[in-house]
Amino acid sequence: MSIDAQSVLNETFVLNLGPQHPATHGVLRIKLTMDGEYIVDAEPVIGYGHRMHEKMGENRSYAKFLPNTGRIDYVAALFNGHGYVGAVERLAGITVPERAEYIRVITSELNRVASHLLWLGAFLVDLGGFTPLLYCFDDREQILDLLESVTGARLTFCYYRFGGVCNDIDDDFVAGTRSFITRLRSRMPMYDAFVTKNIIFRKRVEGIGLISAETCRKYGATGPVIRGSGVSYDVRKVEPYSVYLKFNFDIPSFTECDCMARYKVRIEEMVQSMRIIEQALDSLPAGPIMAEKVPRTLKLAKGDCYYNVESARGSFGVRVVSDGSENAYRLKLRSPCFSNMSLFRECSAGMLLPDALALLGSFDLVIPDIDR
Amino acid sequence: MSSDMIMELVRLILYLVGFLAFALLNAAYLTLVERKVPSWFQLRPGPIEVGPWGLLQPVADGIKLLGKQILTPQGADLIMFKLAPVMVVVPGVLCLVTIPFSEMIVPRNFNLGLLMIFAFGAFGVFAILLGGWASNNKYSSIAAARVVAQNIAYEIPMLLVVISLVFVTRTFNLHTIVEQQMGGFWHWNVLNLKASIMMPIAFLIYFICMLAETNRAPFDMVEAESELVAGAFTEYSGMGFGLFFVAEYLNIMVGCCVGTILFLGGWDCPFGLLPGLHWFLIKMYVLCFAVIWVRWSFPRTQFYGLLNLSWKILIPFALVNLLLTAFMLKLFH
Amino acid sequence: MKILPLKSKFEAIAVRGTPAPVVGAEAGAPVPLVNETPHATKGIDLDVTVSAERVVEAVKILDEANWMLEAITGVDWLAERQFEVVYDFTHVDSGERVTVRVRISRDKPELPTISHIYGGANWHERETHDFFGIIFLGHPQLIPLLLPEDARFHPLRKDFTA
Repeated sequence: MSIDAQSVLNETFVLNLGPQHPATHGVLRIKLTMDGEYIVDAEPVIGYGHRMHEKMGENRSYAKFLPNTGRIDYVAALFNGHGYVGAVERLAGITVPERAEYIRVITSELNRVASHLLWLGAFLVDLGGFTPLLYCFDDREQILDLLESVTGARLTFCYYRFGGVCNDIDDDFVAGTRSFITRLRSRMPMYDAFVTKNIIFRKRVEGIGLISAETCRKYGATGPVIRGSGVSYDVRKVEPYSVYLKFNFDIPSFTECDCMARYKVRIEEMVQSMRIIEQALDSLPAGPIMAEKVPRTLKLAKGDCYYNVESARGSFGVRVVSDGSENAYRLKLRSPCFSNMSLFRECSAGMLLPDALALLGSFDLVIPDIDR
Repeated sequence: MSSDMIMELVRLILYLVGFLAFALLNAAYLTLVERKVPSWFQLRPGPIEVGPWGLLQPVADGIKLLGKQILTPQGADLIMFKLAPVMVVVPGVLCLVTIPFSEMIVPRNFNLGLLMIFAFGAFGVFAILLGGWASNNKYSSIAAARVVAQNIAYEIPMLLVVISLVFVTRTFNLHTIVEQQMGGFWHWNVLNLKASIMMPIAFLIYFICMLAETNRAPFDMVEAESELVAGAFTEYSGMGFGLFFVAEYLNIMVGCCVGTILFLGGWDCPFGLLPGLHWFLIKMYVLCFAVIWVRWSFPRTQFYGLLNLSWKILIPFALVNLLLTAFMLKLFH
Repeated sequence: MKILPLKSKFEAIAVRGTPAPVVGAEAGAPVPLVNETPHATKGIDLDVTVSAERVVEAVKILDEANWMLEAITGVDWLAERQFEVVYDFTHVDSGERVTVRVRISRDKPELPTISHIYGGANWHERETHDFFGIIFLGHPQLIPLLLPEDARFHPLRKDFTA
């Protein structure tokens, strides 16, 4: 039976959400087949922002690809850089000096807090509450100023190099970070009272958008999505990289599997990130920030390896296949949002449209990360 | 024509020009207040470019909207499409005819003034429905359907609350209703606990219903920006779009005026001295500020949450209030 | 160690079928098909090579042991006229990684789909099809995902000229 005949019988109609739409964070199109207010089928159509970073990885040398990493997931750009740099270092056998590792952890965790603050504001805007966005951006400005003073960029960072970082942090940065942590800690009760305990917000997210742990496993969903379904999977604890083993921090996870659980995971993650940053600042060692004798044009040995980091959105993985030349033979970027988004079709069947949008918001999607 | 008739004619024309100017100026400057108030909440300057303190912003917005090309979508019902923005402004202006701003300033004092206001208020929904349907756009149709459901659901508790108030005032004449509340805030209907213990709650129910009737957040499903783009107004550009917003602010104004008259004593001073137009305007603008404050503090409810609130919470409370008022009136009179 | 029970199961299916060259092995050296590798230098704990007919079986072994599908990567080995498809699986409790590799001919690039076992493979396979032109037999909707819907070219092939 043709689609038209079927839709007349079922009285369904097709509604296009996007590609230009205020609620989809980037250029995303979702073909909704609706039965009144209920969604029968939601098919995401992606690729509007596809720039073929993986081909670019094959066409340029390893070092020249570094700026690309900042453009894949621009909100949490340092994680992408860390993943790529870590994969190349793993294959080349480069050891990163300790101070550089500490600096990487501090800047990455600051980036995680900034990313979660952006998500918080955008999620509330999706639900119709416009004011928290401005408060989140107020806090985020401080982080961006700190990171700008050390990396030179506010959003698309290209800070990590093979063997370390390119710029050292100074006392101003340390003092600024400490004062930022104190300020954000004092503002968390305000967010709690204004957003978390807001009855209308709670009605919008509690019990909405249930994703079971089994679905997460089948689709490869990681990050706050799987942690909101009761599974404490965090690459920093389960597959520790860099110097995360030296810090005390908890992995928040909640078993409700709804949008509220994912929201609470991210709020708790901000608190835990601040703990990590404090511990890192307290025990920051002196020393070099770059490994010695890293060749200018890197040629890796033949072989392949996989390296993954816990990005703000999930497990970001890089697979580098090298054939011994200056360029990578194949560079695969495993994007967390890609896997998180792929379960939207299955989970949104039968939901109401506002609830589906709350679910979409709770994934924390950055479309360029999906499209690469 | 006798001199009386000429005087009456002059008076009518003055009132016509006067309250049209008042209504439209208010609607225009409420758009500025709508942008300045949240800017205070959100720690940012708000409009400051055009005029000192942004005071010429509504003028700039008006000129911009007038200068835009009016696009009509293909397949739209042209007559209805162009009629809808005009129709939506009419009820707001009409309702102002019978509202007493002070003892002397009332264009036409009808004995059934309150009834007339609610009759015309219901008319505005019709215009939005027409606009949404005539746009030949799925988003607009969904939004128009939501508007009707929402307005019907919230019309009922509002009318129940007003009816229970009419039991107390025994008249539909707005001028008389205010006169009964003169002499200080303890005479105001909101604190008239002799008539019904639930009077303050009745005022709250009226306020919530007013928010829903005027399609303001948290009940702005019509315009649910992040879901349906601009809801029923998606296909409107230029002044058509502008007129819908003028109508929204006019409705807010009318709702706040009626709320002031019914519950807050109209032009009465809280302590009984110097009553007059200024007190009416102060109270009305305080209510408008509350409306804007609520909009920027809460996210949007879901559609079924909105309807549940009305049918399962507000209507039972309003019915209880009605019964209580009738009971107490019978008991104490 | 979650990979220990898998090793024997994989060895049972990996030795049957055609052995394929492993990246980095010297020419002529014996080809290990089920390889335990150190995580710190490779990021992978168990490297398994199977033939195209055994892919679904291998993936079922992992599904029954509750492994999570992470990524599906395609690699174009132009010199050997082969495509390699690499499946990465991880376990949420231990963080170990199992990689399943398959080699298929470049002239007839077909592979059975695993999207009926792992729902996430639906998009990964569509992406690999976009980039390399590998046809996943039995896939419910093998249309372009990232490329435009009328694209008939496969950009990540080594002989692709824009």
